[in-house]
Amino acid sequence: MTTETKLPFDQEYITSFSKDMNEPDWLTELRVQALEKADALPMPRPDKTKIDKWNFTQFANLLVKSEAFASLDELPEDVKALVNLEAKDSSLYIQRNNKPAYISVSKELREKGVVFTDIFTAAREHGELLKKYFMTAVKSDEHRLTALHAAFMNGGAFLYVPKNVEITQPVQAIFVHDNAEANVFNHVLVVAEDNSSVVYVENYISTVPQADSQFNIVTEAVAGNNARIQYGAVDTLAKGVTTYVNRRGIAARDARIEWALGMMNDGNTVSENVTNLVGDGSYGDAKTVVVGRGEQVQNFTTNIVHFGKRSEGYILKHGVVKDSATSIFNGIGKIEHGASKSNAEQESRVLMLSEKARGDANPILLIDEDDVTAGHAASVGRVDPLQLYYLMSRGISQAEAERLVIHGFLAPVVNELPIEGVKKQLVEVIERKVK
Amino acid sequence: MGGSVLSIKDLHVEIEGKEILKGVNLEIKGGEIHAIMGPNGTGKSTLSSAIMGHPKYEVTSGSITLDGENVLEMEVDERARAGLFLAMQYPSEISGVTNADFLRSAINSRREEGQEISLMKFIRQMDSKMEFLEMDPNMAQRYLNEGFSGGEKKRNEILQLMMLEPKIAILDEIDSGLDIDALKVVSNGINEMRGSDFGCLIITHYQRLLNYITPDHVHVMMQGKVVKSGGPELAQRLEAEGYDWIKQELGIEDETVGQEA
Repeated sequence: MTTETKLPFDQEYITSFSKDMNEPDWLTELRVQALEKADALPMPRPDKTKIDKWNFTQFANLLVKSEAFASLDELPEDVKALVNLEAKDSSLYIQRNNKPAYISVSKELREKGVVFTDIFTAAREHGELLKKYFMTAVKSDEHRLTALHAAFMNGGAFLYVPKNVEITQPVQAIFVHDNAEANVFNHVLVVAEDNSSVVYVENYISTVPQADSQFNIVTEAVAGNNARIQYGAVDTLAKGVTTYVNRRGIAARDARIEWALGMMNDGNTVSENVTNLVGDGSYGDAKTVVVGRGEQVQNFTTNIVHFGKRSEGYILKHGVVKDSATSIFNGIGKIEHGASKSNAEQESRVLMLSEKARGDANPILLIDEDDVTAGHAASVGRVDPLQLYYLMSRGISQAEAERLVIHGFLAPVVNELPIEGVKKQLVEVIERKVK
Repeated sequence: MGGSVLSIKDLHVEIEGKEILKGVNLEIKGGEIHAIMGPNGTGKSTLSSAIMGHPKYEVTSGSITLDGENVLEMEVDERARAGLFLAMQYPSEISGVTNADFLRSAINSRREEGQEISLMKFIRQMDSKMEFLEMDPNMAQRYLNEGFSGGEKKRNEILQLMMLEPKIAILDEIDSGLDIDALKVVSNGINEMRGSDFGCLIITHYQRLLNYITPDHVHVMMQGKVVKSGGPELAQRLEAEGYDWIKQELGIEDETVGQEA
């Protein structure tokens, strides 16, 4: 059944929006075609969460007026805390709602021929390069939300690392949401060519306490032969923001893609994190930590698909659920026929902190090849009373003991984030959310 | 200042409805080292768990006091802050919490807010105790007991003992699974603690440990009670002759308690 929905912006609007942005024709064309298909395409169906009542299609604004930040001093305090203000030569992009609001690109990046810019500038100035990768890992016609994403894309960043370039400093992007009426269709494209390596860290952060917004986020991370992408993200979007976020990676031969995702939104969220291990010897590591609270409903699907021989995929998901929140964790390790000597491992654990909280961990292994190894562990439960007993037997109060266990439980992602401010922020958000 | 007194009177304890301790009497004073010996399944570990307040053990009658304070009314953390310590036979593993962070929390739990131990002082103390116990310095930053070998866990329990300096410590089979070198190191740690402010209850079924730590008092448990007490010579006789002579003396056929045949 397809529900009849009238999309809020038509072909004419999208075309003129694209022209206003001076986008190349191929992108205008891609937007228009995606919009045409959107209505007919089905909604995605995250396992065990019904999202047909969620509003992903109706919204009033595609663009809100936002000012750029003339300097980092102008940043809101919460955002400032994420940035290393002392660093003189960092690579940092800040977007304010839809507006590219600040950018600095380090000398290292410039000298090595790295492209790091907002998605609109990328389309104007690096159109052919963008075209080669844009919406290739995530296709616009997969379902209605990817189609809407392509049609309505109104923000994002492009990071391109040429062959043999290894970047030592992390590259940072911050997507600030400070207008309760802003709707953000954000596209992040990270390309690491053969033998290159890059660490990218992003924050989605609401500075408004509550909003009536939609975020439709697509990330594509493309790692060439023997390339390495470390992708860190902390999402802290406010209550009232409905989020669809799709972060997908493609790893070529001997490539590594490592995700560290701190999913701390306060609104309803559907997250897909897929890593396609296409090349032989490729490696995917997907770590996700989540806190659900209040009434929010969240669904997190992590999927690592093995096509290449000797490919290795590791999924770790740790979630804490409190109040009346619902969090569903679907972990899928899939080994395709021919991906011999591959290894798919996953661990999903959910801690429930209240009677009304709902958590569900569904580990799935789909294996179409004989000569492989695979394993999974899943659990849903409360804080282990024996762990509490042990900590308390050293004098630590019950509240502090619980805090320690929960922080430890969510530590795997915290420890992976290479930017001190972002790490600290995640720890503080966890603190605030589990309290 | 004299040492503390842990006093256990007519203690009865059940686990899942089954009575394991059937009237234990024991008094441990600061400056004294007591050893409880006995074959497996006689209630020794139950006694240590009951003193610390393990959630599965229920005290049905009798009393435990520390310097006159009713221990049974205290939460587990209050017992620890009152001065009790239990080196556990099977310490929990806690992922994501480093040994150092955990120990610092434990030390600070005994201090007022604003009076927390300084990081420098803490690190100095921890370094020196770890060196004393011949522990790999990396263990400070490893997650609490996670992936530790049996011997590392035991050393880590003694490290906590030395850092927290309790009034009365109970060591539950601290010697099990230790090779002779590790046993010496662990014994050195315990001997280092010896003094008029420190009382200790060592639970073991091997006399071996007592070659390195000379106890003041030795007790034998059978059938959920202390059936015989004496001095260090009792441990030596047990080593030489085993437990059968006590069973004969007391007319006990099956020394265990609460176990299905």
